[in-house]
Amino acid sequence: MDFMTPSTWADALAIRADRPDALPIAGGTDVMVEMNFHRRRPGVLLDLTRIGDLTTWAMDGELLRIGAGVSYTRIIEELGDRLPGLAMAARTVGSPQIRNRGTLGGNLGSASPAGDGHPPLLAAGAQVELASVRGTRLVPIDGFFTGPKRSVLAPDELIAAVWVRPADGPEQFSKIGTRNAMVIAVSSFSLALHPGRREVGTGIGSAAPTPRRATEAELFAAGQLPWDTLAGLAPDVARRFGELVAAAAAPIDDVRGTAAYRRHALAVLAQRTLTWAWRDLCG
Amino acid sequence: MRVTCTVNGTTRTADDVWEGESLLYVLRERLGLPGSKNACEQGECGSCTVYLDGTAVCACLVAAGQAAGRDVRTVEGLAPEGELDPVQQAFLQTGAVQCGFCTPGLIVSVHDLLARVPHPSDPEIREALAGNLCRCTGYEKIMDAVRLAAGSPTEAGTR
Ligand SMILES: Cc1cc2nc3c(=O)[nH]c(=O)nc-3n(C[C@H](O)[C@H](O)[C@H](O)COP(=O)(O)OP(=O)(O)OC[C@H]3O[C@@H](n4cnc5c(N)ncnc54)[C@H](O)[C@@H]3O)c2cc1C
Ligand code: FES
Ligand code: FES
Repeated sequence: MDFMTPSTWADALAIRADRPDALPIAGGTDVMVEMNFHRRRPGVLLDLTRIGDLTTWAMDGELLRIGAGVSYTRIIEELGDRLPGLAMAARTVGSPQIRNRGTLGGNLGSASPAGDGHPPLLAAGAQVELASVRGTRLVPIDGFFTGPKRSVLAPDELIAAVWVRPADGPEQFSKIGTRNAMVIAVSSFSLALHPGRREVGTGIGSAAPTPRRATEAELFAAGQLPWDTLAGLAPDVARRFGELVAAAAAPIDDVRGTAAYRRHALAVLAQRTLTWAWRDLCG
Repeated sequence: MRVTCTVNGTTRTADDVWEGESLLYVLRERLGLPGSKNACEQGECGSCTVYLDGTAVCACLVAAGQAAGRDVRTVEGLAPEGELDPVQQAFLQTGAVQCGFCTPGLIVSVHDLLARVPHPSDPEIREALAGNLCRCTGYEKIMDAVRLAAGSPTEAGTR
């Protein structure tokens, strides 16, 4: 095995192109578990932690560009005001030690259906910047995931950054697990309200082969919410929204929960987050 | 491969490091620093917690090569030789140690917490220690230790 430590992005892309047997490693919170348990023996560990650009974020026009190597701790501390939904999700990841090390890029690289970074990025309509020696492309987040732990990332590509518009309305994230800390979600849900555009964004986690949006629920809520009057949320609107979110899921039975429980939990999470977000909006 | 880093203020070099090895393995097996414990090797228990460039991390999840040239501080380096850090003292004083296996990781996590939040509330303490498992104490003595180290002795012993 080789250990390679490029200090520039160009070098990293060159290694990635030359060595199809390279496994990128950022925070290592997924990769090292696989290494320690002999589940993975790549030809090269490609360390991305010395590439300065990867750990920066900045506004570029109206969008935030968040480097793939930005940790959860930094997302919470530095971006909590601009991306409250993502920061809420980041707060539920693992423990302080895991949040100090784990990155958004690593979450996308693993592409777990349970990855907590994914639902808020879906709700916010983020894009993923992928790069290779061939060039750079932007992939809408709802087209990034292709199956459990699979994505459109090509063998010679690296994840450079996530592009996302700062919140223009209330955002929420909620996650069901067996306790408050250190849990992989049984199911999770993220919601973003865009009052300016009168649109609603959603993201479902841990309840389908990939993280996914609940498009019908988004359209329903956008059409039914009393944007003009900012009146209280009608209980039947909240309930129907929950049903539509649950209907958009395709959960399975596994050690963490049954499909039926996941669907039920999602309906509850969706109703609650809509209720909280609408209350935030109405002040 | 050869890995050189600063450990507890001293430049240390480990030879014949396997490329997929963890920082924890390097510390324990190659540099003779067995303070950081190895229990789960999957980030769940926190017994391997060390500082890497001033940030608390699980040493079992850091690849050895990622630590090269960086500054590592382990439980052995929190206080000068022969002395105890106030956090270590508080653990002894409150009886927050039974088998002791979780203790080094907890000490580093608490040290980190108090550096960031000098007077944490109970929920803040629990949140900060969520990644450190203890199978012996039931955590109440550990809570007492943190409160004591934080200089809130009035709360120590109360629930
Ligand atoms: C104890 C524990 C608790 C956890 N709890 C949670 C949780 O609550 N929620 C959650 O979502 N996750 C959790 N995780 C999983 C993990 O922390 C996250 O998935 C994290 O985001 C991974 O980031 P990383 O930087 O550590 O990735 P790494 O382990 O370094 O990499 C993960 C994957 O992404 C690839 N990769 C990394 N960076 C790039 C890049 N720039 N371009 C291309 N590929 C890349 C790697 O090759 C690898 O396949 C937990 C893990 C542990 C050990
Ligand atoms: S041994 Fe590293 S967290 Fe358990
Ligand atoms: S004292 Fe034994 S595990 Fe904590």
